[in-house]
Amino acid sequence: MAADKREGMPMADSAIAEPHAADLAETVLSRRIDKAALIDKLVAELPVETVLHAEEDLRPFECDGLAAYRQVPMIVVLPSTIEQVQTAMRICHANDVPVVARGAGTGLSGGALPLDNGVLLSLAKFKQIIDIDTANRRATVQPGVRNLAISEAVDHLGLYYAPDPSSQIACSIGGNVAENSGGVHCLKYGLTTHNILQIEIVMVDGERLTIGSHALDTPGFDLLALMTGSEGLLGVIVEVTVKLLPKPELARVAMIAFDDVRKAGNAVAAIIQAGIVPAGLEMLDSPAIIATEEFVHAGYPTDAEAILLCEVDGTEAEVEEHIADVRTVMEAQGAVDIRISRDAAERALFWAGRKAAFPAMGRISPDYYCMDGTIPRKALAEVLIGIGELSKKYGQRVANVFHAGDGNLHPLILYDANIEGELERTEEFGGAICELCLQHGGTITGEHGVGMEKIDQMCVQFPEPELIQFHAVKAAFDPRSLLNPGKAVPTLHRCAEFGAMHVHNGDLPFPELERL
Amino acid sequence: MSSNDDDLTQWLSERVTQAFTDNRPLVIRGGNSKSFLGEAVANGDDLDVTGHRGIVSYEPGELVLTARAGTPLAEVEAALAEQNQMLAFEPPHYGEGATLGGTIAAGVSGPARPFTGSARDFVLGARIINGRGEPLRFGGEVMKNVAGYDLSRLMAGAFGTLGVLLDISLKVLPVPRDQVTLIFDKDADAALAHFSECLLKPWPITGAYWEAGRSYLRLAGAATSVESAATKLGGERLQYDQRFWQDIREHRSAFFDDDRPLWRLSVAPATPVLDIPGDCVVDWGGAQRWLLSDADANTIRQRATELGGHASLYSRRDGATVCPRFHPLSKPMMAVQKRVKDSLDPSGILNRGRLYPDF
Repeated sequence: MAADKREGMPMADSAIAEPHAADLAETVLSRRIDKAALIDKLVAELPVETVLHAEEDLRPFECDGLAAYRQVPMIVVLPSTIEQVQTAMRICHANDVPVVARGAGTGLSGGALPLDNGVLLSLAKFKQIIDIDTANRRATVQPGVRNLAISEAVDHLGLYYAPDPSSQIACSIGGNVAENSGGVHCLKYGLTTHNILQIEIVMVDGERLTIGSHALDTPGFDLLALMTGSEGLLGVIVEVTVKLLPKPELARVAMIAFDDVRKAGNAVAAIIQAGIVPAGLEMLDSPAIIATEEFVHAGYPTDAEAILLCEVDGTEAEVEEHIADVRTVMEAQGAVDIRISRDAAERALFWAGRKAAFPAMGRISPDYYCMDGTIPRKALAEVLIGIGELSKKYGQRVANVFHAGDGNLHPLILYDANIEGELERTEEFGGAICELCLQHGGTITGEHGVGMEKIDQMCVQFPEPELIQFHAVKAAFDPRSLLNPGKAVPTLHRCAEFGAMHVHNGDLPFPELERL
Repeated sequence: MSSNDDDLTQWLSERVTQAFTDNRPLVIRGGNSKSFLGEAVANGDDLDVTGHRGIVSYEPGELVLTARAGTPLAEVEAALAEQNQMLAFEPPHYGEGATLGGTIAAGVSGPARPFTGSARDFVLGARIINGRGEPLRFGGEVMKNVAGYDLSRLMAGAFGTLGVLLDISLKVLPVPRDQVTLIFDKDADAALAHFSECLLKPWPITGAYWEAGRSYLRLAGAATSVESAATKLGGERLQYDQRFWQDIREHRSAFFDDDRPLWRLSVAPATPVLDIPGDCVVDWGGAQRWLLSDADANTIRQRATELGGHASLYSRRDGATVCPRFHPLSKPMMAVQKRVKDSLDPSGILNRGRLYPDF
């Protein structure tokens, strides 16, 4: 631990010199909170039905989309107005109580995992679409509005909201902003950060702040970029204005089969190099193909080693032009079968397999664990082969279903939580996949966030000075580390422990990695 | 690879560390092409970053380019053009010496901005030196990355006040196969209405500009798609349209040749024609208005605020207009921004006063 680097760090609470900002979360997590006293303070200012504290009322909130991690919250607050959010935050702030904000709770990294000594602030009641402005192509919505509900609400105007995470039926826009969610179409249309104009947040002390505007930029620092993907550590999102796009006239999808994963991986880079930016470019490997085909009968060739789903959209003429190009490139890359959707029904069928891939895994394995690394496209084949080798080493099956165009992998590790030690082994396997991605110049998370799940791998991805900088930025918004403490950015203390555990035979993990 | 390529990370880092230790402010200087944007930095030692230059990596199949901040923007664009790719945010150079670092620090984007994205939208990662002299790496060279706070995109438009940019990784895109620009005779009201109507259609529009009674719509993409949209739109075709859009982005059209103060108003696209005395052109499909006006700065800013936007002064600095160059922030917003500044540059030594007099 480089003590010299820690001196002179901006301390928000100048009166309290210890602990260091980069370890503050641990103090907060171990703080004893008087539950009864806090309930009294909350119900004194909030409608009594918004404050849940009985065990049976709290239990349903014990996990988000990462069900392997569970923790019953101390108290749940379910406000229905921004003023109530402000009140709850003000009370928690005044009493040094940590707060975890949650939208639909579909996140896959445990980012909205509750705390046993904290308040879970659910924004589930914020379901109103506030304004749709057609001329300015924007919609202002409350954070609990489901992602897909936005596109449905503007469908009659010929518009839609572009980011479409696989969970879009259920996930809410507030969570999408907190996680900077992607989806199937972000190679062409960008992530959440590219598709929002303005957010309203409630700061840790209960104050409201508008970030961004209805114009395309704002003066000063781009705090909208900073807030997006900040995993609930900087503020509570209470309103979002999104950009709307005209719906493409037509979309067609090509299903391309390969007899070799390597060829499929190379075909992904080839298509981009040919000057085509597909609307979506997805890949499934053999275990994923077989499982999904048995489940939804999308017509996938079960003898293929990999298939690509390449969607192009635009005007009718444009789609025809690009589909022809895709065919040419894929043939040159050694595709064994190419099928183009002939109509909307067939397109939906081709996608049905992809979209059902996760539940399909649920049919062949009691549990599965979804990873989320992103790598340069050129490393696809090599990393997939590496994952296959790790699968043999750990003796656990893996299926790969992912956003190949973005290089965003989603290996699904199949396991059985009822077998003792298998979850732990799965997590270790997942960690090894994260580190494999880092070795190839990638990142441990492309779109699911760090949350609780990948907190230790952050110690591998970022050296200490970067982590200290993250904590300093956090302190600019939340000096006492009350917002979602312990998630997203590890404390230095945690990294030191993880590092000690992780160093085998005196070797640092990945000594060849550049650390500056 | 150019023979001028050099990695000055260590030298720059030592300079900033020294300045931090001595509490001496630094003025970061690239090509000086955008020194007219923002406030003049009154005090500080010169930190010349132009020697830290060169394209570090560029793989067309990845759609990613990484270059050092001092790399001339023209060099980056030429390397991309060789592979038939481009910076899709069409950054203005505003002068011959423009560097990639200055472009990102200023966060400037050209006519395609509402349609393809802004400078910050294309940032994938950055290496910076913070105000304590520490070289730090954020983001990466991949399309999607949500590990840690997005500090690399935060650098875009921060004018070097949060860190000295070292290397920047950008997403790049293929050059559209075909491009057509259509001209329509319309007054400003009619042009704005026409833009609103057209931008609701799934047409490959990448530019929407109005000046002096004529509106210009650029279509770019697959040849068939451009042609079919052009046929539906009608209008007259503009010859030499590459040059036309270049001139718009560099402020070389006749409109900009004027002695009155030049204001940039950023507003919602469907905002009606501005009721501020002066002359105006419309870019970004209505979202960016360039205004030549002798009106009082407060009047212009108040109107911009009422419209939900903001106004920045863009004239070359000649001492004629005395007011903050950037739109003042609300008090609570200024307080948050000041804390963000302190978290990256605790002694306030980087480009002090460039963005706001407060920091």
